[in-house]
Amino acid sequence: MSVESPYAWHRRLFEGRAAVFAITATLVAAIGGIAEIAPMYSATLGPKPMEGITPYTPLELAGRDIYVREGCYNCHSQWVRPFRDEVKRYGEWSRAGEYAYDRPFQLGSRRIGPDLMRVGVRLPSVAWHYEHLMDPRKVVPQSIMPRYPWLAEDRLDPEDVRASVATMKKLGVPYSDEDVAKVPEQIAEQGGAIANSLKESGIEVAPDSEMVAMIAYLTRLGVEGHQALAAREGDK
Amino acid sequence: MTATHPEPAGNAEAQGRAPSSVAYDDWIVKAFVVATLLWGFVGMLVGIYIALELPFWPANLDSPYLTFGRLRPLHTNAVIFAFAGNVLFAGIYHSMQRLLKTRMFSDALSQIHFWGWQLIIVAAAITLPLGLSQGKEYAELIWPLDIAVAVIWVVFAVNFFGTIAIRKVKHLYVAIWFYMSMVLTIAMLHIVNNLALPATLTRSYPIYAGMTDALVQWWYGHNAVGFLLTTPFLGLMYYYVPKTANRPIFSYRLSIIHFWALVFLYIWTGPHHLLWSGLPDWVQTLGVVFSVMLWAPSWAGMLNGLLTLRGAWTRLRNDPMIKLWVVALTFYGMSTFEGPLMSIRDVNSLSHFTDWTVGHTHSGALGWVGMAAFASVYYIVPDIWKKKLYSRDLINLHFWLGTAGIVLYVVPLWVAGITQGLMWKDLDASGNLVHGAFMDTVRVLLPLYWLRLLGGLLYLGGLVVMIYNLVKTVRGEAAEPAAVPAPAK
Ligand code: HEM
Ligand code: HEM
Repeated sequence: MSVESPYAWHRRLFEGRAAVFAITATLVAAIGGIAEIAPMYSATLGPKPMEGITPYTPLELAGRDIYVREGCYNCHSQWVRPFRDEVKRYGEWSRAGEYAYDRPFQLGSRRIGPDLMRVGVRLPSVAWHYEHLMDPRKVVPQSIMPRYPWLAEDRLDPEDVRASVATMKKLGVPYSDEDVAKVPEQIAEQGGAIANSLKESGIEVAPDSEMVAMIAYLTRLGVEGHQALAAREGDK
Repeated sequence: MTATHPEPAGNAEAQGRAPSSVAYDDWIVKAFVVATLLWGFVGMLVGIYIALELPFWPANLDSPYLTFGRLRPLHTNAVIFAFAGNVLFAGIYHSMQRLLKTRMFSDALSQIHFWGWQLIIVAAAITLPLGLSQGKEYAELIWPLDIAVAVIWVVFAVNFFGTIAIRKVKHLYVAIWFYMSMVLTIAMLHIVNNLALPATLTRSYPIYAGMTDALVQWWYGHNAVGFLLTTPFLGLMYYYVPKTANRPIFSYRLSIIHFWALVFLYIWTGPHHLLWSGLPDWVQTLGVVFSVMLWAPSWAGMLNGLLTLRGAWTRLRNDPMIKLWVVALTFYGMSTFEGPLMSIRDVNSLSHFTDWTVGHTHSGALGWVGMAAFASVYYIVPDIWKKKLYSRDLINLHFWLGTAGIVLYVVPLWVAGITQGLMWKDLDASGNLVHGAFMDTVRVLLPLYWLRLLGGLLYLGGLVVMIYNLVKTVRGEAAEPAAVPAPAK
């Protein structure tokens, strides 16, 4: 070599020494993630549960798992942005603390269909949701959403739901031991109430069907956040 | 020149000349090439199917296993981890043995890597339509499969670094740097993002909740783009472009600068997927600032590739493989210009949630990832099967089908995204929504969805032509040693 390259240091330091190169590259790549994620766990910087937000009931949790299973997040967001048009269309914009019990998060990245953050406020009718899931075009002309008739047939397994509640409890969601013990009773109670109000609209569906769980989940979405934010507004 | 340019003229050439005693493991390269073509076909076919479901809902067939919500993750996982994943492994096993002048560290590990990866893909193709999903984009696979991915990835990493350890060439060529960043960073992202507590054999809940889960997921998600769909493909570019054009890399200095810049900057950009959300403002701002900065090293890489071809411009007209690389690099440049633009808060307020994002995704995926993959495979197959390429005209046809397919895919989705974004925001003088019925903003998209479907069909048609051409090549006449641009081994 006649002239020393200005980059000879790079060749000496890294290209000839794979271990040094690999470790340095890993550290350099790790910095950004640590800097952004670690503060989420600090008491001052991280998100905290919003006051008035309670964990999902076992039936709602079962409904949420079905929402994840069916991949609803591929078409629907749960995330109202702080813009005039979005607040008009979907309700109060989303606060971090409202998602405190969401595992996995379901903010979504596409709106092939409308946002569902506050669908429980916008569309509280259980019968509407039943009709819509059985055949979307019955209530939304020309909708492009698939039908979900199997939800009305398939039943929940309370023990399976209990496993979910118990796991959530281990992860720090504030369920009591009694909550875990009484999962089947809680499902029967809340499911029975929904099935009854569907019956008033002439709809027969089993209280422990997946349909009822899904409706329980959808009609609670965003309601507590909406109420808490309205109360905050009232304080002023 | 030699001093400032440690990879002298014909760098890859020089490095590719193995001592005659080295017998490369070509079986493993062949296996990954076949897997690439097979899963590429399947993954894109599923893409076409879901592209049909949007404008034509009856295609969901009232079947739980075929609804858009379950098949879309199948498409994304198949094209990312099966198509892009396998082609990266093919290219890495092919090029690293030649660059380091040694056989892979362990044939057994290579085999475990190959079969393990294919088994995971088959398992994914079964579990996703069954609705077994973690519900996080690009991380849908359930926890037992996540563990399998981690184990196989470690097998690959041991084989990869083992090969580096026994190398016969002292200095690592730039392609290897980029491969290395993939091996290490993907391991970190995959493991951290999938930390979860199992509830049953098929269901688990993440240890992160709400916004924190979202942040971790998009830290993972954007860097799956960065360290799977970008940096290792740049590695392929650094090996196959000089090989194909028979010219050295334009600038060694540029490759050093943009390598370190990409490795450092990419990781910070995840929050651009969560703009205007409940994520703390300072995190969002970091995401924006780093995304905009990322433009520079991205274009440095594109320019380094394109300028490597500068002496081969005359061949651009009649060498379809060079044309494939030019389109790939151009789309790399386009999507890495578009991405930073979409990271700016005001632009994102319009583009986010719309088809604009999907258009951006596929200008990167079809334009950059797809075209770079095809160009690499066209180089690899004649090289390892030691055959003459069956038809250059068919590559040319593939080039045109692919390019037309991309245009028909991306342009309608830009129009769709901007149209719908503006319709959503449209308020009348008294502040009411002009398009209060959401469906009104969907109906206008349907013709554009049909056009996208046509684009997808053309693109897949190009792949079919490729498969035909390669099958003919493998069955065809042996290469005359002199006619092959690659050096004698
Ligand atoms: C024949 C070619 C293809 C067709 C027809 C196709 C079609 C589609 C469709 C319809 C979607 C859903 C879009 C939506 O949410 O509205 C999608 C999503 C996606 N596809 Fe493809 N695709 C093709 C090839 C590819 C390839 C080769 C890749 C990657 C290498 C890819 C990566 C993705 C990704 C990452 C998404 C998710 C996009 C997002 O979340 O924005 N696709 N594709
Ligand atoms: C400088 C480089 C890039 C930047 C800063 C960037 C930025 C972005 C932004 C801002 C979004 C939209 C996020 C949202 O609103 O939800 C996005 C989405 C996306 N980009 Fe890029 N991009 C870059 C390059 C690429 C390349 C080269 C590819 C593909 C090979 C790619 C693949 C994707 C995918 C798959 C998505 C969709 C994610 C999802 O929502 O599921 N990007 N990117």
